[in-house]
Amino acid sequence: MTIAETEREITEEFELFGSDWEGKYEHLIDLGKSLPLIDPNLKTDDKLIKGCQSKVWLHSALEGENVVYRADSDAIITKGIAGLMIRVLSEHTPNEIIDAKLEFIDQIGLKEHLSPTRANGLVSMIKQMKMDALAFKLNAS
Amino acid sequence: METLLNHITPAQLAGIRADFPILSRTVHQATDGSQGKPLIYLDNGATSQKPRAVIDALAHYYSFQNSNIHRGIHRLSQEITVVYEKARETIQKHLHALHAHEIIFTRGTTDAICLVASSFGKRFITSGDEILITEMEHHSNILPWQQFCEEQGAVLKVVPVTENGALDLIAFGILLGKKTKLFACTHVSNTLGTINPVKELIRLAHANGTAVLIDGAQAVPHMHVDVQDLDADFYCFSAHKTFGPTGVGILYGKEKWLNEMPPYQVGGGTIKTVTFAKTEYADLPLKFEAGTPHIAGGIGLAVALDYINTIGLDAIASHEHALLAYATPQLQAIPGLRIIGTAPGKASVLSFVIDGTHPMDIGTLLDQQGIAVRTGHHCTQPLMARFGIPGTVRASFAFYNTMEEVDKLEQAVRKAVKMLI
Ligand SMILES: Cc1ncc(COP(=O)(O)O)c(C=O)c1O
Repeated sequence: MTIAETEREITEEFELFGSDWEGKYEHLIDLGKSLPLIDPNLKTDDKLIKGCQSKVWLHSALEGENVVYRADSDAIITKGIAGLMIRVLSEHTPNEIIDAKLEFIDQIGLKEHLSPTRANGLVSMIKQMKMDALAFKLNAS
Repeated sequence: METLLNHITPAQLAGIRADFPILSRTVHQATDGSQGKPLIYLDNGATSQKPRAVIDALAHYYSFQNSNIHRGIHRLSQEITVVYEKARETIQKHLHALHAHEIIFTRGTTDAICLVASSFGKRFITSGDEILITEMEHHSNILPWQQFCEEQGAVLKVVPVTENGALDLIAFGILLGKKTKLFACTHVSNTLGTINPVKELIRLAHANGTAVLIDGAQAVPHMHVDVQDLDADFYCFSAHKTFGPTGVGILYGKEKWLNEMPPYQVGGGTIKTVTFAKTEYADLPLKFEAGTPHIAGGIGLAVALDYINTIGLDAIASHEHALLAYATPQLQAIPGLRIIGTAPGKASVLSFVIDGTHPMDIGTLLDQQGIAVRTGHHCTQPLMARFGIPGTVRASFAFYNTMEEVDKLEQAVRKAVKMLI
């Protein structure tokens, strides 16, 4: 699936909830709970994303052509949001990741539902994911 | 004056709530037009809401009174100078200060503490001296002292907090030493709700020759404060937490200190005469009020204090105590919930953590249900480290909160926990 296709899939999933906040959040919480556990050794301070009220660890690796992301957080909703981002961006090439528009975030109303503290955290998360992709690209060339 | 009740009746509470326009709004209206949730505002520790009287005073100032104070010969300037100085007197009376010129308008508590750290510090504290603070201070009562100590080679000492969130008074006695020039302590902890025995602490400090600054940001909105009875050297608070406007606060200082201290910020309004060779500074309080102040803010603060005095601080304290006494066991009955800060005689602050959940997740799910609380470290990171937690969820009540709102809080927390675990 391309990034755009996954984005569309997520948008459709969230549209089902309409204005049902509980459904949306339960979905995010479920996503958070189902995110694979990451190796505790990867949860080091240098993997922490700055700008989040909760702790978010992001680990990026180049596997073949593709970037693979793993993430964890001490807050479950944050982890769910990280899970969404991973679903969209993980296992794509650095170029695809760098170019990703990520319009689904506005479409599902994620930011307007999040407090500014969380919205900032989301922005930091995306920035870090793209930066890591860029670093892999530059290293490869 | 009519005698005030020592509690708030249900009818009175409805009237009080009607005085605060924001309390009738809803939050999270959906774009599809569906109704939002009624706002339940339990973040009074961060900032309190404003009664109509304060909002009207601000509008009235800008509509009909606006001009600069202490400067003009013209009618408007004279009128507003009188109103502004009357506001200072209202604040003086409210804190029971001896003189109106002991009341300095600042930008807030943080600004007031920075003023004392810089100005009192420069004049009275030198290298090798000690400044004593406590583990439960807000960052605003840590950083100014920490920075001063780093710059001037003074030493910062910290009174620890016990397991239930009280000050360790034995440690206080030990740490209060010959070199302790200043003790800076919060009256009420914004995170724990602990009310510190500041009168006794001040007495002990004075017996040791130590001056005392009390951070009253979380006390003035909730209780009688009498700076002469406390014998505080400095006492500060913020208007915005006291039902007044943002951007203005008060530093009370004893005349004898303020007269000895150099100006903090300098500029227009602080002088008698200026030549390029030498400046003679104005008398109190203007010496400490550089530049055009937040005129409407100062006036609005006086209106806010008048407002709470018409309800009565005894009635306010008793209502808030009832809210806390009602909420504490209700929340404690939620499995896994632990209250942080259980010192006896607390102010109306309920900080808690719940096993297996993150405060931010709880806060987010409460917000979705229309309940405003604060989550995180509450600008008291050293205190969070003391308890070994990343943060808490904090509900902080004001006199306009109701028992029904406490019930809704409890239900909403239970719902959040159910969703998360
Ligand atoms: C105990 C305490 N001190 C100081 C402050 C800082 O007040 P302000 O931000 O109004 O300067 C606060 C505000 O949260 C507080 O709770």
